[in-house]
Amino acid sequence: MALPTYEEVIAKWDPVLGLEVHVELNTHSKMFCSCATEFGAEPNTQTCPVCLALPGALPVVNEKAIESTILIGLALNCKIAPYSRFARKNYFYPDMPKNFQISQYDEPICFDGYVDVEIETEEGPKQFRIEIERVHMEEDTGKSLHVGGATGRIHGADYSLLDYNRAGIPLVEIVTKIVPGTGKYAPEVAKAYVAELRDILRGLKVSDVKMEQGSLRCDANVSLKPIGSDVLGTRSETKNVNSLRSVERAIRGEMIRHAELLNEGKKVKQETRHFQEDTGLTRSGRSKEQAEDYRYFPDPDLVPVTPAAAWIEELRATLPERPSLRRKRIKEEWNVPDKEMEAMINADVLDIVETTVLLGADPTKARTWWLGEISRIANDQNVAVADLSITPAHVAELVALVAAGELTDKLARQVVEGVIAGEGKPSEVVAKRGIKVVNDDGALMAAIEKVCAEQAETAEKVRGGHLPAAGALIGAVMKETKGQADAARVRELLLGHLGQA
Amino acid sequence: MSSLSRDDVAKLAGLARIEMTEEELVSLSSQFGMILDAVARVQEVDLSGVKATSHPQPLENVARPDVVLPSLSPEDALSGAPAKEDSRFRVPQILGEAE
Amino acid sequence: MIRQSAAQMAAALSEGSTTSVELTQAHLDQIAAVDNNVKAFLHVDAEGALAQAKSVDAQRKSGEKLSPLAGIPLALKDVLAQRGVPTTAGSKILQGWRPPYDSTVVTKLKDAGLVILGKTNMDEFAMGSSTENSGYGPTFNPWDLTRTPGGSSGGSAAAVSAFQAPLAVGSDTGGSIRQPAALTGIVGVRPTYGAVSRFGLIAYSSSLDQAGPFGRTVLDTALLHEVMAGHDPKDATSINAPVPAVVAAAKSGDVKGMKIGVIKQLQGEGYQKGVQARFDESLQVLASLGAEIVEVDCPNFEYALAAYYLIAPSECSSNLARFDAMRYGLRTGDIDGASAEAVMSATRDAGFGREVKRRIILGTYALSSGYYDAYYGSAQKIRTLIIQDYAKAFTQADVLVSPTAPTTAYKIGEKVDDPMAMYLGDVATIPVNLAGICGMSLPAGLADEDNLPVGFQIMAPAMQDQRLYQAGAALEAALLSQWGAPILSKAPALAGSK
Repeated sequence: MALPTYEEVIAKWDPVLGLEVHVELNTHSKMFCSCATEFGAEPNTQTCPVCLALPGALPVVNEKAIESTILIGLALNCKIAPYSRFARKNYFYPDMPKNFQISQYDEPICFDGYVDVEIETEEGPKQFRIEIERVHMEEDTGKSLHVGGATGRIHGADYSLLDYNRAGIPLVEIVTKIVPGTGKYAPEVAKAYVAELRDILRGLKVSDVKMEQGSLRCDANVSLKPIGSDVLGTRSETKNVNSLRSVERAIRGEMIRHAELLNEGKKVKQETRHFQEDTGLTRSGRSKEQAEDYRYFPDPDLVPVTPAAAWIEELRATLPERPSLRRKRIKEEWNVPDKEMEAMINADVLDIVETTVLLGADPTKARTWWLGEISRIANDQNVAVADLSITPAHVAELVALVAAGELTDKLARQVVEGVIAGEGKPSEVVAKRGIKVVNDDGALMAAIEKVCAEQAETAEKVRGGHLPAAGALIGAVMKETKGQADAARVRELLLGHLGQA
Repeated sequence: MSSLSRDDVAKLAGLARIEMTEEELVSLSSQFGMILDAVARVQEVDLSGVKATSHPQPLENVARPDVVLPSLSPEDALSGAPAKEDSRFRVPQILGEAE
Repeated sequence: MIRQSAAQMAAALSEGSTTSVELTQAHLDQIAAVDNNVKAFLHVDAEGALAQAKSVDAQRKSGEKLSPLAGIPLALKDVLAQRGVPTTAGSKILQGWRPPYDSTVVTKLKDAGLVILGKTNMDEFAMGSSTENSGYGPTFNPWDLTRTPGGSSGGSAAAVSAFQAPLAVGSDTGGSIRQPAALTGIVGVRPTYGAVSRFGLIAYSSSLDQAGPFGRTVLDTALLHEVMAGHDPKDATSINAPVPAVVAAAKSGDVKGMKIGVIKQLQGEGYQKGVQARFDESLQVLASLGAEIVEVDCPNFEYALAAYYLIAPSECSSNLARFDAMRYGLRTGDIDGASAEAVMSATRDAGFGREVKRRIILGTYALSSGYYDAYYGSAQKIRTLIIQDYAKAFTQADVLVSPTAPTTAYKIGEKVDDPMAMYLGDVATIPVNLAGICGMSLPAGLADEDNLPVGFQIMAPAMQDQRLYQAGAALEAALLSQWGAPILSKAPALAGSK
């Protein structure tokens, strides 16, 4: 039987979602020990008795991790528990040194929140509320490298090599309540939710939120029920969903897979599935003969977390503007076209541009510099814009110099190069490089006359009132003066010369 | 009289990752009746309204600053490893998937 | 020289009549002479001990200010991690493991200039009351080599009792310091939970474990207590408060006006006749010194043993999960094609002894879904009731007392096949652990029927450890003057002993 199409699935079935997102916090040290958390360090160089679970070692919780988790809870409109505890989740696995994970069980630190997301639908923008069940703290596991076998995957490997650098890195798990009522938009809503979470977390500066590095990971629970039914179907839990696009693909794929089974009268198995980035399909994970019994109990090595109400309010006061709202505000205030807005977000320059504007630069100019020349250089050097040595203050100064007529756009590009090369701030680069605008009208007139003589035909068009043709002449004059002329002045003189002033 | 069957013990031994011989399973199962009777005495008391104590001292909010301190050297970290390779712990093939 | 108290040895060191190297060598000689029979040590670190002794002697010679116990040798229970020195917790699963770090207690001992002679035998992972559960064979009671020295810190207690060390460190989860102290005729203290750092103490039951000192006198024990105790940021359950003035209390030893509460539930039926007799006499001695004796009622102590044998196994089932053959310790069954899961199970089978497996399985059961509330949950509530019993009793008395153990030392092998009988031996010590308070055992004389030592237990509220020493020192002085000589002088001489 052929797979049902997505349209066939949604004609008959109503999807119910549940999303669990794991976020690695960007604390300097680990959750329960003082080891560093640098990504990509040499194996087992960021380990100690605690995160290797050597006999006798004890955990002590990182206060920054608690603070970050409360911030996340507040940003997701959660209640913060006045009393919460860590619990041990007991199960054996070689990448987990203690063979229990310190997590939170029935006493999570944040609970009962929500996030509103907006997606484009055929009927225009539509908002969905995703309710948050809980936000809790736990620790990451080590990483295993499977050696031998055909694929390097766990199945068929001869042995495995373990690196515990990641073991004990603070994780925050954000669990939604079940999300009903998204209908055919389920994949888009899930993607929008994860994107919104990513933006919120980035705004809080509590995580790198790099899905490709695994600092934000999503597990998607999907089930189908017949449209109109109140009875929930059996869910599958898809792990390893490591990009926004994959969230959408995985859910769509699972909906189709479930529908196929259900249409054939088969049952959906409650199981863990793994998303395959290459095929977009999921494959069955460990089939659990019986549900794991994790034997949760309060961790006797740790004491309760009882954040003071005053501290919670202090943290609440520091919450940044909600990213999606901020974007709306900026878009309106600066009058930015959709495409440009998207470009700024994708290039991750919104913060920098906003700072530049706050320093006095015109929003359009600021945006143009960061998205244009500076992004191009960053791209060439294969670094992030934020990693270049040019700052919002530099760009604000640059914009001011251009506005004052002391630099042309072309000259300003040279100055940008100089700043990025470490030659100092724009005024210093101007001084050092001796960059200056040609203000001598005589010299400009000579160039204008020369160009008009060379391109007599074009000049005649302008003289005849066809002003767009002036662009070519101005360009040629600028070239003649090696870009050191002020284009506005050139235009003025040229048009005067050709009787169009 | 409480009891744990041989199969109960086998299931617990599986959860606890302890391989057990048939003889061990049977012998533990026979001892458990007596032990469970003894510990089940905790259920003789009326505990309604009694709070659980998981910790003898009433400590709260003990945390450390987010400061990096030196880790072990990789040599020290791996010093007890039954097998190692390329600065990693070498372990037999893992059958199941991670959580 | 080795029969002196640690305080006397310290005085000799500071006046220059001996050196730490001489003292250390004398104890190493005694170990060489008697440990074949006593088997108190799992590992003797002669080289490390002599190096530390030499370094302390040099510091003393150069006029450096040293701590009171600098240069004094000590025996360390094998449950504490010591960098580079084999540390096994008495288990085959850790055979040959050399920790790459020091426990906080070891750091404090080293910083105070104590000389660690070696690691002492213990019940595997501190699970037991006779040291017979050691993966490396039992320790023998120096009073009678056919008997156990108690446990789980039996090696440490035997070493002090046999003059192999003037001081030792033990750990006490359900009585593992106090009971072997009682059975070997020495002093042992379990400090308040959280008073001594657990960092580097191989965990049995995290909410009950506590390391503490052994000595032959109350003052010696106080001197070591002071070195070991103190807040440690590496242990989240460590109490951030000044160490109680235990040494000053041991020196004053005055009980005039002190109210001493006898716990109704911890005497009489079930206690050996000679044990009860020595306990009653000690009470009279305390009364004659001006203490007021009252009786207190702790009705829920009846359930303490049951609660303990749920809480401790539950925590241990999780604490001992890390012994899995992946990162350190024993690995067996790693034949071609074996899975990690199979190797873990085979190793844990081969590496753990019977009692450890029994407790892991019991704890796994008590925590498992569907049974948690009935077992672990109820046990934690009993714990609350026991804390309340103590709180009430301490409004009526400054310290509480009982015999430390129901019997004197029993024969090796006598109870090894009867776990319940063995568990009953902890009935008087366990309530202290459940409540997180402090307790001491000190010698109260010998039982008439077997001429073996009897322990007298004193209990005090959390962070009131000085009261143990205050009362203990008074009783010790009075009994000593009755006896005319320290109790250990009545022990039969060990073959080869110096």
